[in-house]
Amino acid sequence: MNKIFETPLYAYRRSPDQDASRPVRHPVVIVGAGPVGLAAAIDLAQDGVPVVVLDDNDKVSFGSRAVCYAKRPLEILDRLGCGAPMVDKGVSWKAGKVFFDERQIFGFDLLPEEGHKRPAFINLQQYYFEEYMVRRVHEMAAAGAPVEIRGRNRVVALGAHDDHVRIEIDTPEGPYELEADWLIACDGANSGLRRMLGLDFVGRIFEDNFLIADVIMEADFPTERWFWFDPPFNRGQSALLHRQPDNVWRIDLQLGWDIDKEEEKKPERVIPRIKAMLGEDVKFELEWVSIYTFQCRRMENFVHGRVLFAGDSAHQVSPFGARGANSGLQDTDNLCWKLKLVIDGHAPESLIASYNWERVFGADENILNSTRSTDFITPKSEISRVFRDAVLDLAAGHEFARPLVNSGRLSVPCVYDEGPLNGPDAPGLPHRSRPGAPASDAPLADGWLMDRLGNRFQVLAIDADAPDRLEEGGIEVEILHLSAEDNPALADRYLGKQHSAVYLMRPDQHVAARFLSWDEAALRAALARATGRA
Amino acid sequence: MSKLHTHPNIADPDGFYAELLAVHDGLTKAESDALNARLVLILSNHVGDREILSQALALAARTARAVA
Ligand SMILES: Cc1cc2nc3c(=O)[nH]c(=O)nc-3n(C[C@H](O)[C@H](O)[C@H](O)COP(=O)(O)OP(=O)(O)OC[C@H]3O[C@@H](n4cnc5c(N)ncnc54)[C@H](O)[C@@H]3O)c2cc1C
Repeated sequence: MNKIFETPLYAYRRSPDQDASRPVRHPVVIVGAGPVGLAAAIDLAQDGVPVVVLDDNDKVSFGSRAVCYAKRPLEILDRLGCGAPMVDKGVSWKAGKVFFDERQIFGFDLLPEEGHKRPAFINLQQYYFEEYMVRRVHEMAAAGAPVEIRGRNRVVALGAHDDHVRIEIDTPEGPYELEADWLIACDGANSGLRRMLGLDFVGRIFEDNFLIADVIMEADFPTERWFWFDPPFNRGQSALLHRQPDNVWRIDLQLGWDIDKEEEKKPERVIPRIKAMLGEDVKFELEWVSIYTFQCRRMENFVHGRVLFAGDSAHQVSPFGARGANSGLQDTDNLCWKLKLVIDGHAPESLIASYNWERVFGADENILNSTRSTDFITPKSEISRVFRDAVLDLAAGHEFARPLVNSGRLSVPCVYDEGPLNGPDAPGLPHRSRPGAPASDAPLADGWLMDRLGNRFQVLAIDADAPDRLEEGGIEVEILHLSAEDNPALADRYLGKQHSAVYLMRPDQHVAARFLSWDEAALRAALARATGRA
Repeated sequence: MSKLHTHPNIADPDGFYAELLAVHDGLTKAESDALNARLVLILSNHVGDREILSQALALAARTARAVA
């Protein structure tokens, strides 16, 4: 087994809190050091909010999990200071092939738009992803940031109060208690915290099993996403092959519902399946094999007083579309700045309700997409299989049918249309940058737009007169003066038919409101709305 | 809003109908079902207009005859 699974990243150490005579109160406690809990910790700590992260384990997450990360999460990771090592280590890809039965029916190229710092997608093992985030936490802590991960601290009981949460924690040296003004529950799909609060998690279980194998091999398959419908080596089922760094390849074989999971996981069952897929002569080693059943479901509400759910604890999707970790990162991206404003007394507690609105909206979009992909990949009735196969038969020779082929609609950023924080829009500006949308990157003379955005409210004044600062109720708004004159990408993405524009940007790089020129009263009103004060 | 045409629109209706059946000649039930599905997809793409497609789907669904 890969030694990364066995090396403790944040070994248990006794905390002075365990010796306190009464439970110590922290502003924010995060439960779970998976991708989402770690992102929340970095986000808050780099903004000066003290955080304690508790995890029942002390290592990276076990086995084969996320591989594929989309551009928007990479931009969020850049804002958190850990995008670079991931993109450097990851493999970026943009092409794929689709096979049906015995033959290739078409190839595709996602043709990512030029003028973005980050690629459309990278593949990276989740253990590297988590390792780089933990490293970032350690670096921040070493530099004095108020962040700490406590390994082998399992939360076993929770008491929710109006203005705080009390938790009981088990450690190798026995239990202790903590209090938190706010608790972020990032404890994964089987969330114990959700159960402790008696909250339900409803949705659909797909009656199907998938064998996920990560294999190490020297192979000359291209760096593409290959997807098979009903191939000869896995009749009546689907298969996926995708590259990860270090010559590790993700293989995903649909097995059906009536199987013996323990039997199917045995190497003597797995190896012949993989040989049938890759060819008898391909030499490979198994890194990890697991069997999963997938579900699409979410909590009705992500906000329960002072307990905030984020990531898989709040919502779960099938992996077709790579929307799990990708959407979890969008959760904390959305939540952390709001929490910071509330903690600092710059916004009313009700601002947190907008987290619920916006991310429930995001979760529903992901569940819808992921359910549709799953229904296409594994038809649930005779007629749905007839149509599915008809689409695939036509797609081979006829371009028109290809958009109907759904082997997973890969994660795209969520636009909070009609969101409660959105302010006014102005006519003639590009649709893609409307209120609620995440900013689109663009090259600037001295770097990238995305690297200039985030972590605070900002005004983007593009070929528009604007003062140098704006302050409203304790919130300092940074003003960025930009010109689109020699910058067609910026003009295309932010001006459209207009000659100037003023954008109010949220700390999570989403557009709050936009105008054609500077209008102080309107901007103040939009800021009040975006911070839940109006 | 676009509106689905429901007035007669096919020239040579008898010839068209014969051709529609002729492409199914000699096919098994499964092959015929597959052909029908391809035909629906081809025609749907030709129509393209989402509103028209929804109206056509709804019309097809609501004109089902009760089958014992
Ligand atoms: C086969 C597979 C493929 C996938 N592919 C992709 C992909 O390509 N792209 C993508 O974006 N997503 C993908 N996902 C989904 C992704 O892995 C998850 O969405 C992601 O790990 C969720 O992160 P999280 O931090 O919310 O939860 P988790 O990663 O589950 O982390 C939860 C953490 O909480 C800890 N914990 C739990 N209970 C307690 C407790 N009581 N006290 C203390 N700690 C506790 C756990 O030890 C764990 O460390 C895939 C998943 C699978 C299974």
